[in-house]
Amino acid sequence: MSELESTVGRSSVPGPRTEDDVFLSVRDLRIHFDTDDGLVKSVDGISFDVRRGRTLGIVGESGSGKSVTSLGIMGLHRSRRARITGEVWLDSDELIAASEDFVRRQRGRKMAMIFQDPLSALHPYYTVGAQITEAYRVHHPVSKAVAKARAIDMLDRVGIPEPHKRYAGYPHEFSGGMRQRAMIAMALVNNPELLIADEPTTALDVTVQAQILDLIRDLQKEFGSAVIVITHDLGVVAEMADDLLVMYAGRCVERGTAEQVFESPQHPYTWGLLGSMPRIDRAQTERLVPVRGTPPSLINVPDGCPFHPRCPYADIPEDNVTRTVRPELRETVGSGHFTACHLPQEERTRIWTEEVEPKL
Amino acid sequence: MSDDATDLTKRTDAPATTEPLLKVEGLVKHFPIKKGVLQRTVGAVQAVDGISFDVRQGETLGVVGESGCGKSTMGRLITRLLEPTGGRIEFEGKDITHLSVGEMRPLRKDVQMIFQDPYSSLNPRHTIGTIVGAPFRLQGVTPEGGVKKSVQDLLSLVGLNPEHYNRYPHEFSGGQRQRIGIARALALKPRLVVADEPVSALDVSIQAQVVNLLDDLQDELGLTYVIIAHDLSVIRHVSDRIAVMYLGKIVELADRQPLYERPMHPYTKALLSAVPVPDPRRRQSARASRILLRGDVPSPISPPSGCRFHTRCWKATAVCKSTEPPLVELAPSHRVACHHPENAPDQVPTDTEPLAGTPAEDAREVPAADGAPPG
Repeated sequence: MSELESTVGRSSVPGPRTEDDVFLSVRDLRIHFDTDDGLVKSVDGISFDVRRGRTLGIVGESGSGKSVTSLGIMGLHRSRRARITGEVWLDSDELIAASEDFVRRQRGRKMAMIFQDPLSALHPYYTVGAQITEAYRVHHPVSKAVAKARAIDMLDRVGIPEPHKRYAGYPHEFSGGMRQRAMIAMALVNNPELLIADEPTTALDVTVQAQILDLIRDLQKEFGSAVIVITHDLGVVAEMADDLLVMYAGRCVERGTAEQVFESPQHPYTWGLLGSMPRIDRAQTERLVPVRGTPPSLINVPDGCPFHPRCPYADIPEDNVTRTVRPELRETVGSGHFTACHLPQEERTRIWTEEVEPKL
Repeated sequence: MSDDATDLTKRTDAPATTEPLLKVEGLVKHFPIKKGVLQRTVGAVQAVDGISFDVRQGETLGVVGESGCGKSTMGRLITRLLEPTGGRIEFEGKDITHLSVGEMRPLRKDVQMIFQDPYSSLNPRHTIGTIVGAPFRLQGVTPEGGVKKSVQDLLSLVGLNPEHYNRYPHEFSGGQRQRIGIARALALKPRLVVADEPVSALDVSIQAQVVNLLDDLQDELGLTYVIIAHDLSVIRHVSDRIAVMYLGKIVELADRQPLYERPMHPYTKALLSAVPVPDPRRRQSARASRILLRGDVPSPISPPSGCRFHTRCWKATAVCKSTEPPLVELAPSHRVACHHPENAPDQVPTDTEPLAGTPAEDAREVPAADGAPPG
């Protein structure tokens, strides 16, 4: 633990106090890809902690680097083109510098992942049961029969009817929701201490989505795992997450508890996301308030604040700082609520309460 | 703002509801399943199985449902991209149910479609100018000021730079491509635009831009929309009236507000309760009032007897299994197909015994939020 303490001690990266129950700690993670067009800075300095039993939501649009971050934690970028720096501490083991073999042994048991598209995450040639059994036997030296019993038990737990029969089924014989459950069963078969769910319900209908989210929550309660939910759907994170991290152009622009971010969001991009979304729980609004423009290319990230070309308030801070200086994450009014924005605090509060919030 | 204008048009059009723009009666589409060497028909996917509705001039009809409920098939039937198996489609009083491709062509000016996937609906080898100008060429229309000028006008109408006339689709982002698809659909000033999941492939911030664009274009050009989507929040935002589909049937059809505030069909109620609310403080209450439907939508190849929802419904009784509920008007312009509707008098009050083997049997405790509305 002292090892962790010393690395976190570097003050440049803000982060909550490190406590014993911090299970995953990501410090200044950068993942860049060398491409023919130039260096793609998919993730450009991101830090966060996830504690046991807590859920962190990561929100952002496509290309904001949320999935690349999760694959980075799982150690799944092994292409020669990926340049990864920073630190990922998983239960006091550092993973970025660790050997591939070590990281592989962590996958499945200590950390597991639920992918967006179950059809590409399940092998079409093997039965669902065989795939779950294999995942179990990699980490547990048990007989096939024991592993099979475990797999059937998991299929039952995730709500697949007639798990004995379905055990021998192939992925194509399952419906979308069932496949997603089968994949969740596979991810959870070793009771992972960290579960990363990357858009776990994006491909699903609302009724199935509600079932799957419930399932993840129940299983988390049971095992006390740390969970990261990555999604573009603010409804899903509001439902699942204790803490929230908003990503834009490979960086964290806002971080805090879910209540802080939803009730007094500090970053103009977060305002934009909230304004873009039609809300079923509020009175009908006349018009949505979209974010103008489009997300930036990660090869040519705009100078200064990467959000400035789309930000309606970019001209408020003096000396053109929004276009020249990159804002650092700073703690705002609420403790543990961080934002990377040049706007002065009073100005931000005023804009939110007077201009943005009334229109939502 | 422009709200007054739309309200006015709606009001003046109200008497004209006797003559809807599009009238659909008992529309059926079964896709045959063929097997064996002789390709004998062994069954049918009953994608759309007898639906009736009207689309009025100037309104937006939203169609929601889960995947596989037949909503996209419905969209392709009313634009006659598919041949109906049965029923009748009338556009401005004209029967278009079985028109041939050639006979349909002049009508394509009036009925256009916007597709879901902005990546596969644009030909990658054509420039934007060619794509958006194609309707003019196909219809043999020479617009005032020439095709190029019209295309550039259309591009600026949908918020694209007219100078991008010579660019190719790959040079545009998803949201911009969707705008190109919209420009193409609007080229011939259609009366009716059918949009199949127009925003579901887009990022949230871009989604809002496109929703607003559709809204503006409706005001400006007096368009009538049929918008098909699975996202209930988007549907609520864009629609005047909403049809809820389940397994090839319309189960509820009502104006926006009554549908969202007092849904009558249990399925609609379950759908609405399942939408995640973007408010962490209301998480607990939202979860408590949530109706969890069990299992998946049954196969449309052999849909359940009677009411198709009875296998997942917590209110199902014997009559639900045996008799199909008709789509009847239980409140002014609020039609629902259910024997035991919510927020309305029970249609078969004598039948109270929950159906064995369905959620009804063990889910009497579920709708806790029910007590409130009737007071």
